[in-house]
Amino acid sequence: MVYRLGIDVGGTNTDGVLLDEDMNVIYSVKTPTTDDIETGIYRAIEKIVEQATIDTKEINFAMLGTTQCTNAIVERKNLNNVAIIRIGAPAGTAIKPLAGVPQDLKDILGSNMFIIRGGHEFNGSEIASFDEDKVKRIGEQLIGKVDSIAITSIFSPVNKEHEIRAKDILQEVMGDDISISLSSEIGSIGLLERENATILNASIIDVARRTADGFENALEKHGIKAKVFFCQNDGTLMSKAYTLKYPILTVACGPTNSLRGASFLSNNTDAIIVDVGGTTTDIGVLVKGFPRQSSIAVELGGVRTNFRMPDINSIGLGGGTIIHINEDSFTIGPDSVGHRLHEEAMIFGGNTLTATDVVVGLGLLDLGNRELVSHLKQSLLEDIYKSMIEMVEEAVDKVKTSALDMPVVLVGGGNVLLPTELKGASQVFRPNNGHVANAIGSAISQISGEIEKIFSINKENREEILKKAQQMAIQETINAGANETKVEIVDMEHVPLAYLPGNATRVKVKAAGELALK
Amino acid sequence: MRYLGIEEIENIAIGAALLGTGGGGDPYIGKIMAIQAIEEFGPIPLLDITELEDDDIVVPSAMMGAPTVMVEKIPSGEEALASFKALEKVLNKKIKATMPIEAGGVNSLLPLALAARIGLPVVDGDGMGRAFPELQMVTFYLEGVSTTPLVLADEKGNNLVLNTIDGLWAEKIARSATMVMGGSVMNAIYPMTGRQVKQSAIYRTLTLEEKIGRTIREAKSNGLNAIDEVLTLLNGFKLFTGKIVDIDRQTDGGFVKGQAKISGLDSNKGENAYINFQNEHLIAKTDSNILCMTPDLITVLDSETALPITTEGMRYGSRVTLIGIPCDEKWRTPKGIEVAGPRYFGYDYDFIPVEKLNERNDQ
Repeated sequence: MVYRLGIDVGGTNTDGVLLDEDMNVIYSVKTPTTDDIETGIYRAIEKIVEQATIDTKEINFAMLGTTQCTNAIVERKNLNNVAIIRIGAPAGTAIKPLAGVPQDLKDILGSNMFIIRGGHEFNGSEIASFDEDKVKRIGEQLIGKVDSIAITSIFSPVNKEHEIRAKDILQEVMGDDISISLSSEIGSIGLLERENATILNASIIDVARRTADGFENALEKHGIKAKVFFCQNDGTLMSKAYTLKYPILTVACGPTNSLRGASFLSNNTDAIIVDVGGTTTDIGVLVKGFPRQSSIAVELGGVRTNFRMPDINSIGLGGGTIIHINEDSFTIGPDSVGHRLHEEAMIFGGNTLTATDVVVGLGLLDLGNRELVSHLKQSLLEDIYKSMIEMVEEAVDKVKTSALDMPVVLVGGGNVLLPTELKGASQVFRPNNGHVANAIGSAISQISGEIEKIFSINKENREEILKKAQQMAIQETINAGANETKVEIVDMEHVPLAYLPGNATRVKVKAAGELALK
Repeated sequence: MRYLGIEEIENIAIGAALLGTGGGGDPYIGKIMAIQAIEEFGPIPLLDITELEDDDIVVPSAMMGAPTVMVEKIPSGEEALASFKALEKVLNKKIKATMPIEAGGVNSLLPLALAARIGLPVVDGDGMGRAFPELQMVTFYLEGVSTTPLVLADEKGNNLVLNTIDGLWAEKIARSATMVMGGSVMNAIYPMTGRQVKQSAIYRTLTLEEKIGRTIREAKSNGLNAIDEVLTLLNGFKLFTGKIVDIDRQTDGGFVKGQAKISGLDSNKGENAYINFQNEHLIAKTDSNILCMTPDLITVLDSETALPITTEGMRYGSRVTLIGIPCDEKWRTPKGIEVAGPRYFGYDYDFIPVEKLNERNDQ
């Protein structure tokens, strides 16, 4: 038997699941997330190994979905010493790198910025010849000062030659240990947003390395010799080597995992997923089994970027949400006791009234000691509960694209707080193992491959070119480790470039498939 | 004269996107360029048209080409400067001020970046009061101002002075040259005297854009309905509310043409609306009625945020509100209709003003 282990680190809990090769849930676990994250992951693995009755040698795959990289960016902690190189002058100088980025982050990341000659036009020809000497001099100047470099060349999604040459020169001058992030591998057309994403990527290389090593060590200590994967925010996986190069792609994988897990558990491919955590409830939309993507430029830690992120509506309501009572009126959150629910909630003998206490007090949930909330007026608890449900119903309505009722799937540790009837829902699902849907999402993730290129498309060659692009994406996916018989095109976008004759069209294709289990 | 600082620029960017009627590209690049220029060179003097002397020389500055190219190949900042220097040489006169050619997207902000950089004032007006896809679709042209001499300049240092027999030829030659120069260039175009500006420009566009931006931002923080507030400010009409269910885009002769289908919600439940666009929105209709037609303004707003959505930014599933705004009277003259009315774009309709259409539809 081949087993897979999925771990998902959330703001409140770290969840783990063990699946067999038919995707049956063998064992699941929920442990509090620790401040250092790593201890929580270690404990989750420990519990699974202790209690599962299988030979740990049969765990061949281990998947981790984690928030460490996101946290590092949001908290501006443990970031690498970064240099920023933009290739494209004389173009591009009217806006400096990091323009529009919050000042505190600029102070950390902006001490080594260069704009040098080179880059390409939209059709792939050179704007100016690449300034090799300048790159060499920059490399010499940066030795010992930085450990990670972000390189962004104009129109590199069309032609990445100058980014690659710059990387080769810098590695020659500075040694192979220097981390180099290339924008062509990270984002799409849109220089500033792609450059920002590349800079953020360069700044979290060390965080990613520590996370990945920590995960591998924890597995090894428990005798697990699995192939390790990390979750991306589109519901697909990356190898460790790829993660160390492109850690930015792990950002927001948590909500994605819970959407994918909910889809799998409830057997729905088109539904609204309500993930009730300890501090927030995240509501997303599942379209054909994948999260609906946000259509606007996404901000991450206050930085505008253009990589795809799941479109999530997050509200401040979770199991640990604090209810503030003021005589006969009340407010719900947004503060929460988080993972200290078992110490601070009234039903567990604490002094804080939480959303969980309200539901237990009404007799809708059997948890802790209901006696400890019996002094609260039932009518008040009913009013609070009604407001909580209205918050969720309103949030569900907001993510809808039509007034039609849709299936709603309740998952997350706090899903038991909500009723199985909601306004706007055609049916409410509460699947088994829904409390660890995110870890399941992490374990069942697929392998993907993506291409983006500009083609000259006309009526005659349209079909042929789109087919060719699809083939390229499928090949990328197989190369990344997918089972070649099960690869499908999951997304395809072709946008004509406005105002240009010649039918220049940007084609982006993404394929995904099941992991090859051999 | 007053000065524009960073907050004014933020508001102008929102207003410009709204008046851009879906075209002109995302103003973000222009906004950041203007903000960086203000940070480096200080606030921008804004001149009311009435403050111009009759013999002052005013030259609009604009980008030409694909906004999609410009978001990737950001200007050097020197292009606009080079085009002004080249034009001063041809005219043998000093340029007194610049102004936007259109009130759409990126082109409403770029002259501000140039102005900050070279210390020239910006004139509070423009040549469209909205955005249009072609060079001759400006009120300057309606009043007989010559498009040329016009200068195109790229970031590499190339520039091209054009003298053409009319605006249509300027459009044709300049568009081909733009391709060769890399898909996105800056131009200095329609050089005018102060007297010509007074006759032909649309007045106080920048001030209006600033008001739109401020209205949307303040409505949000005051808990008011931003769409209603904007409609009041602009004497506009709420045409349709729904969600986008289909978008068909095709390139044709360097333009993105197509149609978006919107399925009705709320009071429009059960109906469908359609928007035809060629870079900008041109016709809005339902199965039974025309709602608004060019040169009146058709704008697609996000139903929730009230922020405008461009034709390139329209996505399946977006909840939107279509609004129609009467265009400037200059566009409603026979010449204005001929240059930018429905028939010019190949639609077999006589122009009917948005207020008449909606009066009729309401009955």
